[in-house]
Amino acid sequence: MAASREAAPGTLNAASYGVGGAFVVGALISIFIAAKTVDSVMAFHATLFILFFLIGIFAIGKRHFDTLERGPEPATQDGVIYHDGPIRLATLAAVFWGIVGFSAGLYIALELAFPWLNFDLPWLNFGRLRPLHTSGVVFAFGGNALIATSLYVVQRTCKTRLAGDIAPWFLVWGYQLFIVLAATGYLLGVTQSKEYAEPEWYVDIWLTIVWVTYLVIFLATLARRKEPHIYVANWFYLAFIVTIAMLHLINNAAIPVSFTSTKSYILWAGVQDALIQWWYGHNAVGFFLTAGFLGMMYYFIPKRAERPIYSYRLSIVHFWAIIFLYIWAGPHHLHYTALPDWAQTLGMTFSIMLWMPSWGGMINGLMTLSGAWDKLRTDPVIRMLVVSIAFYGMSTFEGPVMSIKAVNSLSHYTDWTIGHVHSSALGWVGFVTFGSIYCMVPWLWNRKQLYSLTLVNWHFWIATLGIVLYITAMWVSGILQGLMWRAYDSLGFLEYSFVESVEAMHPFYVIRALGGGMFLVGALIMTYNVYMTIQGHVRKGEEMQPAPAGDGQILAVGAR
Amino acid sequence: MTYEQLSNFSNTWGLVFLIIMFATAIAYAFWPSNKKKFEEAAQLPFEEGDRQS
Amino acid sequence: MSKFTHATIEKNSILLLVLTLVVVSIGGLVEIVPTFLIKTTIEDVDGVRPYSPLELAGRDIYVREGCYACHSQMIRALRSEVERYGHYSLAAESKYDHPFQWGSKRTGPDLARVGGKYSDAWHQVHMADPRAVVPESVMPGYPFLAETPLAQHDIENSLKTLAFLGTPYSEEMIAEALSDVFVQQSPDEDYDPMLDRYPGAIVSNFDGDPSTVSELDAMIAYLQMLGTLVDFSAVERSTLVQ
Repeated sequence: MAASREAAPGTLNAASYGVGGAFVVGALISIFIAAKTVDSVMAFHATLFILFFLIGIFAIGKRHFDTLERGPEPATQDGVIYHDGPIRLATLAAVFWGIVGFSAGLYIALELAFPWLNFDLPWLNFGRLRPLHTSGVVFAFGGNALIATSLYVVQRTCKTRLAGDIAPWFLVWGYQLFIVLAATGYLLGVTQSKEYAEPEWYVDIWLTIVWVTYLVIFLATLARRKEPHIYVANWFYLAFIVTIAMLHLINNAAIPVSFTSTKSYILWAGVQDALIQWWYGHNAVGFFLTAGFLGMMYYFIPKRAERPIYSYRLSIVHFWAIIFLYIWAGPHHLHYTALPDWAQTLGMTFSIMLWMPSWGGMINGLMTLSGAWDKLRTDPVIRMLVVSIAFYGMSTFEGPVMSIKAVNSLSHYTDWTIGHVHSSALGWVGFVTFGSIYCMVPWLWNRKQLYSLTLVNWHFWIATLGIVLYITAMWVSGILQGLMWRAYDSLGFLEYSFVESVEAMHPFYVIRALGGGMFLVGALIMTYNVYMTIQGHVRKGEEMQPAPAGDGQILAVGAR
Repeated sequence: MTYEQLSNFSNTWGLVFLIIMFATAIAYAFWPSNKKKFEEAAQLPFEEGDRQS
Repeated sequence: MSKFTHATIEKNSILLLVLTLVVVSIGGLVEIVPTFLIKTTIEDVDGVRPYSPLELAGRDIYVREGCYACHSQMIRALRSEVERYGHYSLAAESKYDHPFQWGSKRTGPDLARVGGKYSDAWHQVHMADPRAVVPESVMPGYPFLAETPLAQHDIENSLKTLAFLGTPYSEEMIAEALSDVFVQQSPDEDYDPMLDRYPGAIVSNFDGDPSTVSELDAMIAYLQMLGTLVDFSAVERSTLVQ
């Protein structure tokens, strides 16, 4: 890491030789496994590894000569040469995987409404596509957005270049390799079956290497900062990175059947495995989808609204409370199961307590706009960010309610859970990411403004309507399912067979697919907008007004 | 180890521990001499150099 | 904070990391560790045994196809569930499950006690074309299971790995694994030694095609044993509901 201080960024140094050497070793191991295995998926994945390492070695060398030819990057006014290349890549990756993940979601939603869409094919069936959708949106879309924004925010708030020169590139490309291995694995039937932790043992090891690189880059960047303080957004990002590392290692602990086989067996069994899985699963929500994205909120909302966070003190209480309480909430996924009652009660209690810090964070984000509420009307990007907080508030109220055992006895196993997840995934995670991407793309590519705010407005309204259709359909279908499963007739017999409840879901599954389709259309509009912005175009009639005094990076809005 | 032993421990020492943690976090956030530090930190997003210049 | 040095700055980010780790560890430690230490977490019941090699292979296919995305294997201690699916699930019943398959969603019904509910013939048709037997079903068809021979090259390694993780597979079980796969779906063979190793296992020509061991043989063998190991007939009716 430290070597980049000695040589100009981009040229060969001790670290690049180290990485190059590690890639050679990695390639040799992959060739050995590819040669020995009888497992066709393992052979395919080993080939992908070989390609990755060879291209990596080539890229390090090419970068060296390109840098010598081109000379060092120009410094900014405050003398920092920000390392934004990997951030641009991760931003584009987030947009790309977002489209893939949303499309997979739409397709499996349609499969539930029209089962012939499974086509009797192994790699198109719901069971294999569903993890492709969940990993696609959570890890590929959300993960790339988190990597991009965290590396952007940590450099800006620490006024320093990222630690490491090749390391951030390795992080982003290595993460894409993880996604490709996981996604192709699912389609070819390689899965651990642990929800949101489906990738098999060798993919988990690869992710561990990538993730430790992430942690080291982030910590080392914090350590070399030129500011006395660590801005609170970085606290959330750091907690996200380190907690995900802990959860990942423990939940995925497994022994492979052999070193040339894709199959492994998880270390834990039965009830303990269930508890560890949902300790992991709920904190994938708590730390990946909440803490990380709160980091986004704490930077991009103040930045875009041009006012500091409403209460910095509240943000500190928010931070410690949320990271302490979240980790306990997992057992609410296992109410009335064979998990001991005391664990269920703890899970429920802490889930209800979580309501308080969650709403503290919501208030902190919303109130940042106080005195600037007119921006909601004039700036669709701010509107997207603020509505994301509103959805965050809504789902962090719904969550504690659903964790109450009496409510959970009805809602568990039903579509209500799916609706709840999507109100936070589409509304909170999706919108805060879209808002941050709309902020960051002009800054990263040195464009004065977005291609079109009108298109942001279209994205906002189509996606919002889509979310509303989605979650209302799932509320109705979920509660209907729950009630049908427990309905008794006058003679005291269960009133409905299971398949009658399946039949009753059909109209809601169609509406849900429609809602998801609209969300996808919104994301496609964003993709076009991002593409045109990067190309340097401005939509006719939307040229920027003179910038307000002060920060020149903030878009002047109100052109319309 | 039995359930009773664990539950007795959490009812007493566990409770004390949680209260201390809570008090520490609140004290840190609201300690008067920390106020200036936090107000400076809140300005960090706005102090970066303008890279477009 | 008037005079800070580089050392204190570095210390702060490490301090933040360490404090964060401590704070996020507490909840997990308090909830997870006692489930390993308290003996009553897993009930002491008779009948639960490791999966036979054919059942295990079926379970691996169940995992591979992502069946858990739509089917739970966990009957909750609620009256409506017990009446629909049978006795609520015990922790002991999944103590050899690496990983557990309790699931989180019932797009289809719970399968914790599906064993013996339907005939092999029903399963054969249902797996190939679910809507042939349940017109309203939204389940995908899996006709390729019947056509795919079961891959058996890793079956001994699978048992060895699970034995390493604590599942009581004996040396004999591992040595006989390959032949046990074959014997369990060939009612004409001498299957008594296999039954000694795996009491209560069902021997049947599960997929209806005696010539090969298909993935469908393994899948149906697994489905037909689910929830059948513990004998609940002696359990009082009144203790069923919490």
